Amino acid sequence: MFDYETLRVIWWAFLVLLICGFTVMDGFDLGIGMLLPFLGKSDDERRVMLNTIGPTWEGNQTWLITLGGISFGAWPLVYATVFSGLYLGLLVLLFGLFLRPVGFDYRSKLPDPRWRSAWDWALFAGGLVPAVVLSLAVGNIIQGLPFQLDSDLRSLYSGGFWDLFNPFALLCVVVGVAMCCMHGAAFLRFRTQAMLAERAQRAILWSSLVFIGAFILAGAWVAYGLDGYRITSTIDTGAVVNPLAKTVEKSTGLWLDNYREYPALVLAPLLSIAGAGLVILLSAKRYAGTAFIMSSLVIIGVLLTAGGSMFPFLIPSTLLPSSSLTVWDASASRFTLQLLFFATVIMMPVVMAYTAWVYRVMRGKVTVEDIQKNQNVMY
Amino acid sequence: MIANEVVELSRLQFALTALYHFLFVPLTLGLSFLLAIMESVYVMTDKPIYKDMTRFWGKLFGINFAMGVTTGITLEFQFGTNWAYYSHYVGDIFGLPLAIEGMMAFFLESTFVGLFFFGWDRLSQVQHLLTTWLLALGTSLSALWILIANGWMQYPVGAEFNYETMRMELTSFADLFFNPVAQVKFVHTVAAGYTTGSMFVLGISAWYLLQDRDVAFARRSFRIASGFGLAAVLSVIVLGDESGYTVGEVQKVKLAAIEAEWETEPPPASFTLFGFPNEEAMRTDYAVKFPWVMGMIATRSVDEPVLGLKAILNTNRERIKSGMVAYENLQLIRKDKSNAPAKALFEAHKADLGYGLLLKRYAPNVTNATVQEIEAATRHSVPRVAPIFWSFRIMVLCGVLMLFIFAAAFYFNARRTAHKQHWLLRLAFYGIPLPWIAAELGWVVAEYGRQPWSIAEILPTHLSSSSLSAGQLYLSLAGFGIFYTVLLVIELFLMIKYVRLGPSSLHTGRYHFEQEGMSHV
Repeated sequence: MFDYETLRVIWWAFLVLLICGFTVMDGFDLGIGMLLPFLGKSDDERRVMLNTIGPTWEGNQTWLITLGGISFGAWPLVYATVFSGLYLGLLVLLFGLFLRPVGFDYRSKLPDPRWRSAWDWALFAGGLVPAVVLSLAVGNIIQGLPFQLDSDLRSLYSGGFWDLFNPFALLCVVVGVAMCCMHGAAFLRFRTQAMLAERAQRAILWSSLVFIGAFILAGAWVAYGLDGYRITSTIDTGAVVNPLAKTVEKSTGLWLDNYREYPALVLAPLLSIAGAGLVILLSAKRYAGTAFIMSSLVIIGVLLTAGGSMFPFLIPSTLLPSSSLTVWDASASRFTLQLLFFATVIMMPVVMAYTAWVYRVMRGKVTVEDIQKNQNVMY
Repeated sequence: MIANEVVELSRLQFALTALYHFLFVPLTLGLSFLLAIMESVYVMTDKPIYKDMTRFWGKLFGINFAMGVTTGITLEFQFGTNWAYYSHYVGDIFGLPLAIEGMMAFFLESTFVGLFFFGWDRLSQVQHLLTTWLLALGTSLSALWILIANGWMQYPVGAEFNYETMRMELTSFADLFFNPVAQVKFVHTVAAGYTTGSMFVLGISAWYLLQDRDVAFARRSFRIASGFGLAAVLSVIVLGDESGYTVGEVQKVKLAAIEAEWETEPPPASFTLFGFPNEEAMRTDYAVKFPWVMGMIATRSVDEPVLGLKAILNTNRERIKSGMVAYENLQLIRKDKSNAPAKALFEAHKADLGYGLLLKRYAPNVTNATVQEIEAATRHSVPRVAPIFWSFRIMVLCGVLMLFIFAAAFYFNARRTAHKQHWLLRLAFYGIPLPWIAAELGWVVAEYGRQPWSIAEILPTHLSSSSLSAGQLYLSLAGFGIFYTVLLVIELFLMIKYVRLGPSSLHTGRYHFEQEGMSHV
């Protein structure tokens, strides 16, 4: 039905969409986790915060799990290289994620304040750690990972864990953490009231400002200081997978290639910057729902900015740039991409439809009174 | 060359995390269906006690489900983190069911689990019932897709090696989906899960009955668990996994190892009830045998032979030699695609390429392997027999014990005297660990029995791992060990606490500890 080249572009788009889906849907859960100890001044208030996302956070996190499965199926070399290369980082991510299902479910099952306080901090870590590790991973992937492929296509990684904490990646962490805090605060502003909603507004203000500053700085860095990558040989975009058949150049500013060729791409970063300003304004004017939608658009803008500048690169290699994994030479076979395409276009709309229904059922503000009335049911 | 230590540590970590995950999965599978049944009864009869049952067992379900999710994420990532070459080599096939599992099953269960707990006052009775059924459906669908993936590891059909991409690629989705091994595994595993959920409800209800508290609640729970459990345990035993052990060489190896069958017997083979497998001498000491039984179980016939291990090893030696030819010519066509004679030879020996790869562990150069190296690879081309032999027997013993418990529970239920049979109630309570022991050992038979392959006859485990250092693995093993132990202690603490509280934890005012003169535990 589709030729190999088209399928590869579709699967690049699906990958970006899935990452957007995960970050928009789970980003506010992570943000609320990070804000939990700071915005919730009493046990009841913290329970209000947790219960705004209590019924739905688990479905949201599934975007990440599915992202793992999809990258395995559609981009096996990417899955293999990133997951094994960032081994210890992934381990830390897992340990952070471990704290969430148990944290949500177990926290309010016992009344002991020490028990609850311990779980609150666990949920804080469960929000912070994934946000940090995932932003760190993105920051490093933009710069390229130190791996190469041998002739059997075995991926050999030669970087250390602490190398991940380089200045640009740390700046990306600031962007990611501020973005999730803004998103989480925007959701809280929408779903809570009184003092909590006021505090959420303050959190929106500072996190949006930090986000705007850090995002502009990161953009300037990519343009003027960071090495980008460019394929210098002709590449057959419909050929069988062989990531060793091309040559790649690595030099400062190349990540702007796509922006030079398609100037309209610049709308993505502009959307993010202007959008974050609008989030502040809208939520101050009490258009909390619109502010949350705007905050989601900010996230999509950020991811499109990165994805749009890297295309067709998926995982550049610093060690041997010609080993870089690109859209044209790291995909699954045409048959598998096609099957997975049909599976996705049939199933994801269904997923989104019932997710929307669940959100509709659980709509409305969560209040301290709700918590007190449903002590034994709510998280 | 990958260090043996890294491979062994990666295997240990995979076994640890998979077995740990599998402490929670069977209960999720079974309990979600029991919840759906209980709630269906509630909707049909409108008796609030069935709603209380759904909510109380639902609380225990939630405590368990959280751990299942926690430990499941590890597994979704672990193929990439620890088995990167595997991920590249078979991702084109293996990744597909995993991706579909995420979209079709994980979203379903994790979206509706929230609504199950939070939706009681916001949904109509029927809507909530639908939610619970969708939750149960999601858990079983996830089992379906992961077992399709696993079935392919045991019996890889519908795929072909592509020398240009150096990996296996999918050729038929129907073959992958309707893989007979996957189908048998699915039925066996979900039925084992239903048995686990039933044993859990049966045993805990029995404990309440022994204490003479919340009797109406416990008797109803006991009744539902005994009926569903009896059906489930019968399916597990009748539709046993071993009926899938006749296709594909690795499955035959498992069957021979389960049976400690060294020589091929004339059909129908006898069943070794007991004995001590002696790996060195390749015989079973003090064997107690039953004629005919094994052949019937394994082949469902009286005239097909069950292959013995010695015969299998002889075949493997020949296939390793043939695999060397495939490997040699693969290197030639990788260098020069137009080398027609090499391509012809490769095609002729392609089916044995995996056997050639077995040599990588023993020979510096596969193409010039010595006789000793070929012998070493042959000897290790099947797993050790004793762990499989014993795991299988203990698993079956657990199954038979459970069959007895469920049958007795069902019988006395029908006579309405189950709550008076204290011996049975005690047996049901102390029998709670049985399904877990059986499930864990079932995993050992299926997955240890697959060694030395990660993908049967195609990719040796030894080649599958990531290029990691032993230090990284010690670190991750220690991390998992600590995290999982702490979480398990917390989970058990909470579970036992809520089991002791019983339905009083719902605060409806109707149950034991809420009556006058009763204090909380």
